[in-house]
Amino acid sequence: MSNLVDIRKLQRSFGGPAVLDGIDLTMAPGEFVALLGRSGSGKSTLLRVLADLDTAPAQELQLPARRSVVFQEPRLLPWKSVIENVALGVRHPDARLLAKQALADVGLSHRLDAWPLTLSGGEAQRTALARALVREPQLLLLDEPFAALDALTRLRMHDLVFELWRKHHPAVLLVTHDVWEAVALADRILVLDQGRFIREIRVDIVHPRRRDDPRTSLVEAELLKELGVEPLHA
Amino acid sequence: MADTSTVSHGTAPEGAVGPVPAKPGSRQLANTARRLASPLAIIALWQIASMTELLSPRILAGPGDIISTAGRLVASGELINGLIVSFLRVLAGFSIALILGIALALVSGLSRLGETIIDPPIQMLKAMPFLGLLPLFILWFGIGEAPKIGLVAFGAVFPIYLTLHGGIRGIDKKLIEAGQTLELGTFGIIRHIIIPGALPSLLVGVRYGLSVAWLSLVVGEQINASSGIGYIITYARDFLQTDVIVVCLLVYAIMGLLTDGLVRAIEAYALRWRPEVIA
Repeated sequence: MSNLVDIRKLQRSFGGPAVLDGIDLTMAPGEFVALLGRSGSGKSTLLRVLADLDTAPAQELQLPARRSVVFQEPRLLPWKSVIENVALGVRHPDARLLAKQALADVGLSHRLDAWPLTLSGGEAQRTALARALVREPQLLLLDEPFAALDALTRLRMHDLVFELWRKHHPAVLLVTHDVWEAVALADRILVLDQGRFIREIRVDIVHPRRRDDPRTSLVEAELLKELGVEPLHA
Repeated sequence: MADTSTVSHGTAPEGAVGPVPAKPGSRQLANTARRLASPLAIIALWQIASMTELLSPRILAGPGDIISTAGRLVASGELINGLIVSFLRVLAGFSIALILGIALALVSGLSRLGETIIDPPIQMLKAMPFLGLLPLFILWFGIGEAPKIGLVAFGAVFPIYLTLHGGIRGIDKKLIEAGQTLELGTFGIIRHIIIPGALPSLLVGVRYGLSVAWLSLVVGEQINASSGIGYIITYARDFLQTDVIVVCLLVYAIMGLLTDGLVRAIEAYALRWRPEVIA
């Protein structure tokens, strides 16, 4: 099977030491990959290269044409209504209709004409998710999309993202520093440290994954150790 | 302020803590009445001084005379005609300023090269007291409409340029990145992100520019006008008609307020997405 994403020896530095130091990354179509790392590990830099917001030399850089990004902040245009924001990135005569469906998918049918600044944090991020998915991306890039949400909203967003992934089946690269988020959602987890992948874990536990399941706890503990955090109960 | 400070913890009866919520309207009314008291007193004193001839009409006409003069000037059509001429001068000058200011700000806001070329000379010109340019304008443009309109345009162009330029430069780069990931293209980013994002700043500049425009007109019309409000003032000065002068000044003030109100109405509509407007 041919890979959707194929990156070899990706290098990036901002003057000083390399932020990305020879990254190799392949992703299959529809695969859900989580990228874990401490702050400053280079994970956002990698995502920005994949999103075309940054350029970096690589031996090989094969990316799908249709990519969408959801950032940590919703980044909605405040002067456009929710539906206009979602329809903005769609080149299609029925853009509005497609936007409406995408907003229904994230449970925001009642907020179509709302102004973004009147939305709650969760609603705004759901709008951003709809805006990304309406473009039917082959690769969905999520840059710590739930980091600014409260814990309860975050858990609900996990379920929503999982559902949407099942339905549309894009390949997903989720950048996060929340270990449970990675374990709950991803097929494969990569740990990035100082610009290199130091660990790769495949998670084959069936969904929905429970936090009190000993298998998820094991993966979590292992990841925490890689990140330099010794869990108290281990 | 006085109301809330009289409520002390020890002596307040039950339910009397803080302002009474049921009557915010009457409180506001009382407040307005209090604030109106001293201006009304000044006008009353002014009227008394005029009637007792303590204040000579050659220095300043009394309020009563001013009101009747206003009525006479309106009835004769003199004031309305003058007002139309003056308004057209502001309209012409301000339109030039708006077009020029927006064009310059777009060029220097959207490209580094444009900024390097355009911004320094504008900052230099801005430093000049533009009303002092009037003698030069008269030498260049004669004494017709051109120097008056030119002075209005020159005065108003700076606030429009400066605020829009600042607005464009101040746009959240993260929104522009979001636009890039949506593949809007340069034109789409300008249209959907930069222009609407800079609009609040531009509207502030438009309001400020309008007030400068009226100010420039007042100065410009003092010189060799043969029509307009300024002409009426010059004529009245020669005949010591202080009442006419005051009426004309009031008209300037009212026109300034009206045009400002117009921009505020545009603002309320165009910026209805902002929470402070929504709330």
